[in-house]
Amino acid sequence: MTATETRSVIVEREIPYPPEKIWRALTQPHLIEEWLMKNDFKPVVDHRFNLRGNWGAADCRVMAVEPNKTLAYTWAAMGLESVVTWTLTPTGTGTHLRMEQSGFRTDQRQAFGGATQGWQRFFTNLEQALARIE
Amino acid sequence: MPKAHDVLFRTLADPTRRALFERLCREGETTVGALTARARVSQPAVSKHLGVLRQAGLVRDRHEGRQTHYSAQLGALAPLIDWTSQMTGFWQSRFDDLEDLLKRMDQ
Repeated sequence: MTATETRSVIVEREIPYPPEKIWRALTQPHLIEEWLMKNDFKPVVDHRFNLRGNWGAADCRVMAVEPNKTLAYTWAAMGLESVVTWTLTPTGTGTHLRMEQSGFRTDQRQAFGGATQGWQRFFTNLEQALARIE
Repeated sequence: MPKAHDVLFRTLADPTRRALFERLCREGETTVGALTARARVSQPAVSKHLGVLRQAGLVRDRHEGRQTHYSAQLGALAPLIDWTSQMTGFWQSRFDDLEDLLKRMDQ
């Protein structure tokens, strides 16, 4: 595995609602807040927005908007740079909804490997995580 | 949070235990005696902490004569540092919430 190799996360689901309805949930801020996080999203290419959760925030920028079909935005959080792409495909009974988050660099993961600096960083992060839990 | 995370977080939440684990990560295999010499707690307390770390899979013990040597098992931390599996879990639960929301929404 090379340091520049990237990995992605894909989650797909059949949803018994039409793409138009799912699109609203993916693009209207008050609806996004209900299933994802607080946000200042606008479905406009190049619009910059934040997602804010208990654990911190993600800095995002809209990359692609094709109503009821495709939505893509960058996602930078906790040192991870990635792109989230939503794809909606109508089916006979509803919609096939696909989310792909890609662009995790493997060296970001390996930074936690055996090296001393890596461990110190890991423990700093862990302590911050624990502080948030308490 | 998955169970494996609970155990790891609980085990490493104790500062003394975390310091012992951190030392084993940095210094490699070490005896209980050597660990105690630089810890601010007694040997029974060190042994007890090492037992908890061992149960969580974070350290392994090896007996040699009267000495017990401990070493860190870095693989045990994999659930915490595997971003892709963490993010998959994150999105799976977001999808659950999205479906709940869609049920509540008007057509």
